[in-house]
Amino acid sequence: MKKYWHRRHIVEAIIKGLMLVSFIIVAGSLGLILWTVVSRGLPALTWSMVTQTPKGGFYLGKEGGILNAIIGSLYLAGGGTLIALIFSLPIALYLKTYISDSKWGGYVRLSLDVLWGIPSIVYGAFGFTLMLSLGLRASLLGGIIALALLEIPIMTRAMDEVIRRMPVDLEQAALALGSTRLEVAARVVTRQMLPGIVTAILLAFGRGIGDAAAVLFTSGFTDRIPVSLMQPAASLPLAVFFQLGMPYPEVQKRAYASALVLTIIVLAISLGSRWLAGRLSKYVMK
Amino acid sequence: MSKQEIPVSLNKKEGRDVRPSLASRRRQDQATGRTFFVITVLPIVLVVVITIALAMRFWPILKEYSLWELVSGAVWKPGQGKFGFWPFISGTFWVTIVGVVLAVPPCILTSLYLSEYAHNSTREVMKPLLDLLAAIPSVVYGVWGVIAIVPLVESTLKPFFAKYLGFIPFFVSKNPTGYGILSGGIVLAVMIAPFIIAVTYEVLVTVSQGLREASLAIGATQWQTIRAIVIPQTLPGIIASVVLGATRALGETMAVLMVVGNVPQVPKSIFDTAYPLPALIANNYGEMMSIPLYDAALLGAAFMLLVVILIFNISSTLVLQRMLVRRPR
Amino acid sequence: MDAHIQIQNLNAYYDNIQALMDINIEIPRKQITVIMGPSGCGKTTLLKTFNRFLELTDGTKITGEVLVDGHNIYDRDVDVTEVRKCIGLLAQRPFPLPMSIYENVAYGMHIHQMKNNRDEYRAAVKHYLEVAGLYDEVKHRLMSPATSLSLGQQQRLCLARGLAVEPEIILGDEPTSALDPISSQNIEKRLLDLKQDYTIVIVTHTLRQAKRLADYVIYMYMGEVAEAGPAKEVFNNPRHERTRAYLEGHI
Repeated sequence: MKKYWHRRHIVEAIIKGLMLVSFIIVAGSLGLILWTVVSRGLPALTWSMVTQTPKGGFYLGKEGGILNAIIGSLYLAGGGTLIALIFSLPIALYLKTYISDSKWGGYVRLSLDVLWGIPSIVYGAFGFTLMLSLGLRASLLGGIIALALLEIPIMTRAMDEVIRRMPVDLEQAALALGSTRLEVAARVVTRQMLPGIVTAILLAFGRGIGDAAAVLFTSGFTDRIPVSLMQPAASLPLAVFFQLGMPYPEVQKRAYASALVLTIIVLAISLGSRWLAGRLSKYVMK
Repeated sequence: MSKQEIPVSLNKKEGRDVRPSLASRRRQDQATGRTFFVITVLPIVLVVVITIALAMRFWPILKEYSLWELVSGAVWKPGQGKFGFWPFISGTFWVTIVGVVLAVPPCILTSLYLSEYAHNSTREVMKPLLDLLAAIPSVVYGVWGVIAIVPLVESTLKPFFAKYLGFIPFFVSKNPTGYGILSGGIVLAVMIAPFIIAVTYEVLVTVSQGLREASLAIGATQWQTIRAIVIPQTLPGIIASVVLGATRALGETMAVLMVVGNVPQVPKSIFDTAYPLPALIANNYGEMMSIPLYDAALLGAAFMLLVVILIFNISSTLVLQRMLVRRPR
Repeated sequence: MDAHIQIQNLNAYYDNIQALMDINIEIPRKQITVIMGPSGCGKTTLLKTFNRFLELTDGTKITGEVLVDGHNIYDRDVDVTEVRKCIGLLAQRPFPLPMSIYENVAYGMHIHQMKNNRDEYRAAVKHYLEVAGLYDEVKHRLMSPATSLSLGQQQRLCLARGLAVEPEIILGDEPTSALDPISSQNIEKRLLDLKQDYTIVIVTHTLRQAKRLADYVIYMYMGEVAEAGPAKEVFNNPRHERTRAYLEGHI
């Protein structure tokens, strides 16, 4: 049984080598991307950058910072996520409670998957037509609506994944005690699935705050912080997009700083939601 | 024997039961059920509404030009009323195909590695890593593309290909910069990679371990087992995940926009610039309302994109749903 | 005893939980050895160390030696696929490969490139299907999918598939537990025929089956070998308290 190098062993070794290379490429890409963003963005990230709005116009002004984009993004994504939550949680609970295994459930899930696959530029274009017919101008509200549309399938799908896995005996125990299905949904399911629900919300928020194409049409851009829903709002992704190509280094710096801040927010959410889900699992029965 | 009075309700206040009665709880359940039902039908409605809304916006230009004229026309001069979408359509396909071709081999190999060879500890490390890659916003990929990939293409890849493979027109271009299809393809490949890897992995693990062991037990190597059993069993699912990855690439806007050059010409080489449909829409939305039929053209582009994506999306999702349910882990 | 397999100082761990403790036994050549014991005693774990299947599970560790005709199969320069070619496994549930009946049996032979042309493969497939007692039932539909067979037929197919790579040793992990009584009987009959040419080691949790098949018995308890010896001796005169208790609990 000594090892002779048959052909099958050589093939196996080659395949394993290729796999290792692929693995390195994928893992290395993440490193490269982070390196690029940090190396350009860190020098630009000063206190004044983060706390001031651009002075002299966001395209050409050489002073000021990106506060407009930071606050704008938080408003946009926050509002969009909130609205999405109002729709997503009921949908996910309804799916589980009433129609989980039925034909209707299948159609709804298919629609959610389809909606999830629609690119954000289509949501932006749709949001734009919606605004045209409602007579709205580019504004915080428009951006929030577009982001909400984008986030609903993401949030619902993520919640559905979690809620489907709920142990049946828990639900049946509650039903056996005389709860209506609604009560089971509201009290038992939500508590049990809390970590998963929170993760879904954070996932959608992260996606929303990073999106440019949906807010491009609908929220406009400005160097001010909006004080009403009808005013245009700046956002970090658009801050990068509009300012990266400008010939003035100060403007470019704002772009890099925006990219870094955005990356930090998104990574913090991604890693943080894992941690949070772990902490919240205390209340969950295993 | 006398029955003991069982204190039934401790909630009696002045003789009236304060707990909500069964009847009212039932009513609440039904009412909420109906509200939730309406909310739940929303996704189905939304798909239909979006499609119809964009189609309606597209309609005005269809009255002037036939669909064939629009799709095959190669001249794009909206000011003169010339709306030829072909450069953008072909540009979209070029970038998407390059991205998918670059992404598929490493992604399939990585998924195979994760499902067939890797230890649990490796999987635990990969999961957050893939999550992070997937979470990075499109514009950040764009920044990376502009700073790292475009120079790479310009200074290294283009000369290399020109020198060794210059006899094939596919690899040579008059484009002096690194902005072009290859740069767009590389950035796209990295963007859709986490998705393809994750979905392919889910498909691969549906193969029952007993089947793998049946092959290993007669002395097959792992790769032989993969080739003879795992892949044939999961091929539809793998194809579906690649198609889904391609649809994501089709719709990817910002990152591609920043590196692909945005010149409306029909590409002939991977080093040419291109102008994919999403980039067209994103770059010109500002002037949409100022030129007649421009808005119909751009929203029509969005509509076409939507239709293509819907077709591929629905078919792959159906395949995947069937695959992932049929053989649970 | 003419020992085909010798196990020396074998310890096995799942993560850090020890599953096999200091096993030192021998398996006689061309006889049926039955490994018995209560649930969780480690009999399947022990079996899996013979064809190096244990290492397929994450986090397992094995120390000690398993010698087949004097060679330690855990040696560094041993090819694990050769080990598994030499030591076949009949699993608890039949897992026909997603191919035709013919291709199932031919699979192993193709993998190891054991035959030279079509005719040799066809003759070999016919031969092994006969040995497994399946040929007459399927000879008219060799190319139909293996999944169209009944459970009992599938298990016999798996047997033919395993025999086709010409092993010296056949392992069985409760090979009849998923089958109906008639199919079980069929498999048992095959094994009794096969012991003339192969060394057979079976794990079973049915005492009656053990009594029908065993030439040699290994009784395990909590990861250790409590007793090992020729079947007649162990069944009629168990030396250890535990064995006696196990045997009596099943009358």
